[in-house]
Amino acid sequence: MSILINKDTKVITQGITGKVGQFHTEKCQEYANGKNCFVAGVNPKKAGESIFDIPIYASVKEASAATSATVSVIYVPPAGAAAAIWEAVEADLDMAICITEGIPVRDMLEVRNRMKRKVAAGGKETLLLGPNCPGLITPDEIKIGIMPGHIHRRGRVGVVSRSGTLTYEAVAMLTELGLGQSSAVGIGGDPINGLKHIDVMRMFNDDPETDAVIMIGEIGGPDEADAALWCKEHMKKPVVGFIAGVTAPPGKRMGHAGALISGGADTAEAKLEIMASCGFKVTRNPSELGRMVKSLL
Amino acid sequence: MKIHEYQGKELLRKFGVVVPRGVFCQSVDEAVKAAESLGGKVWVVKAQIHAGGRGKGGGVKLARSLDEVRQYAGQILGMQLVTHQTGPDGQKVRRLLVEEGADIRKEYYLAVLTDRKTQKVAVMASSEGGMEIEEVAQHSPEKILTAYVDPIDGLSDAQATELATGIGIPAGSVARAVVALKGLYACYMETDASLAEINPLILEGDGTIKALDAKFNFDDNALYRIPDIFAYRDIDEEDANEIEASKFGLAYISLDGNIGCLVNGAGLAMATMDVIKLYGGEPANFLDVGGGASAEKVTEAFKIMLKNDNVKGILVNIFGGIMKCDTIANGVMAAVRQTQLKVPLVVRMKGTNEELGKQLLRDSGLPIIPADTMAEAAEKIVAAVR
Repeated sequence: MSILINKDTKVITQGITGKVGQFHTEKCQEYANGKNCFVAGVNPKKAGESIFDIPIYASVKEASAATSATVSVIYVPPAGAAAAIWEAVEADLDMAICITEGIPVRDMLEVRNRMKRKVAAGGKETLLLGPNCPGLITPDEIKIGIMPGHIHRRGRVGVVSRSGTLTYEAVAMLTELGLGQSSAVGIGGDPINGLKHIDVMRMFNDDPETDAVIMIGEIGGPDEADAALWCKEHMKKPVVGFIAGVTAPPGKRMGHAGALISGGADTAEAKLEIMASCGFKVTRNPSELGRMVKSLL
Repeated sequence: MKIHEYQGKELLRKFGVVVPRGVFCQSVDEAVKAAESLGGKVWVVKAQIHAGGRGKGGGVKLARSLDEVRQYAGQILGMQLVTHQTGPDGQKVRRLLVEEGADIRKEYYLAVLTDRKTQKVAVMASSEGGMEIEEVAQHSPEKILTAYVDPIDGLSDAQATELATGIGIPAGSVARAVVALKGLYACYMETDASLAEINPLILEGDGTIKALDAKFNFDDNALYRIPDIFAYRDIDEEDANEIEASKFGLAYISLDGNIGCLVNGAGLAMATMDVIKLYGGEPANFLDVGGGASAEKVTEAFKIMLKNDNVKGILVNIFGGIMKCDTIANGVMAAVRQTQLKVPLVVRMKGTNEELGKQLLRDSGLPIIPADTMAEAAEKIVAAVR
């Protein structure tokens, strides 16, 4: 087991014919069971064609009906990305993973509220991962997204993070120490997104193949504090935490649209304090993350 | 992206919010002419910079004669205005707003922003206008009312009325406050703003509700579809190095320390700054070269970092995923040669083609200090700049 995806997951790629979509689809296909997982692409203008032996359909609905795929990954450029997410939701998929960076916040706000309305009206819930995220991976089974596959190793530590390369750091440490990962999940750096730390922590808590979790956050927003408070009551597994941005000045957007200190409670210091008070082992030195996990197992 | 107060008021006016009559000026003579054309006996001369706290810094003056308008405009134009948001050097004032005086009976606060937790639009109102809202939030949070608005429905009359009455707007002016609230909300949504704030919103003797100030931030991701807003951009108010960096697709922010950092990924870039601090150093900048850095991009990044005279050493920290370490190594070597680098350089590379990249650096004959981990890299660069 693992969380969210495994070797049997069937994936639709939205934006498969674009430069980024092509590049990463090929890498995902090459990884573990990827050849069998990536079963469909979507592009209304190229329906009936195929790319890397993957058939292209006119819509997500058609692709899903033809292949029984339940997950989509989105590389569509920013201006059309929110519409692509909505297409996946309307097709009743289990999950949409949006890699795209730079989507206007208002578009995300609208699509997230539409998604919630659909569920409130009794419609099927589609989980959203991202946007502006590297995707997720269950090592040796499947990778969906843009992370380098070769640094991963099958293991029993979960990783969840808002940042791409910082996730890779944690993953590489776990691999070097021989611990490996159960699943590694990038929830993305945008202010309005789908799955949050708390949602992923719940899943790792319930996953019998995860023994410990590394939770990485950054300045801005309430998500890490929300997750820590939930963990204090419910988490049965050790958690090691790091927050990037102790040195970030307030009011400046640090690369990620969501990495902006806008109050007092969303600084790195404040988050580290809450996480520590909720029983996390926190560090200010990300190079220590791997060793800290090892010491807790 | 931020804009000036006079531009914000122009926007508000378009959305039906009452603002004082005013004229944007760039010289003392223009300011005097503006006051003459506005008429009346009292004028407000306001410095236009992108930072808040202008009044306390001496950038806002009440003039009771045309001579005073001349005098204050002369004082404010060209001054280095220091506020709590500008940093110790302040910001040079190049633009003025001259406005008619207002008959202030009571000050309120209004703001619209996106609430991350509820994923709704938060419309905030307070009876405590004219103060720092952060202070109100800390000392008397009950005086801030918030309506969470579903962007698909928009702000309803009922919600706006509840806010207006809740902050104590007199019955005779509630309808006018509702117009202001709905106008501010519509403006926020239609211009892809990330913050829209009126502080203070005032009640005048005749019952008029008026916005005396206007502060806006806009979503950088949406600038492509709001050309009218983008035209408001004033690059004099921005850091020249940050503008230069954005031309090359680099996210760069100047900081106060002396160690330049070049990193791929925003989270890792912040973490690298933090580790430098942990080892007793201070970062000179945040710099994310992004996912697809070419040799050229790395060279440009070096040039931008080195424009800061405080930089006494550079730390390159790259996790090669899609980006290969040998590509980065080639970029770093080219940059060192092109910029004739004189300060110590520590390079830490990890990930795809790591060994190949390290070998290239070793064979280059350049004085590059290698490191295996982020912590080791930070320790080495901090030692090197001491």
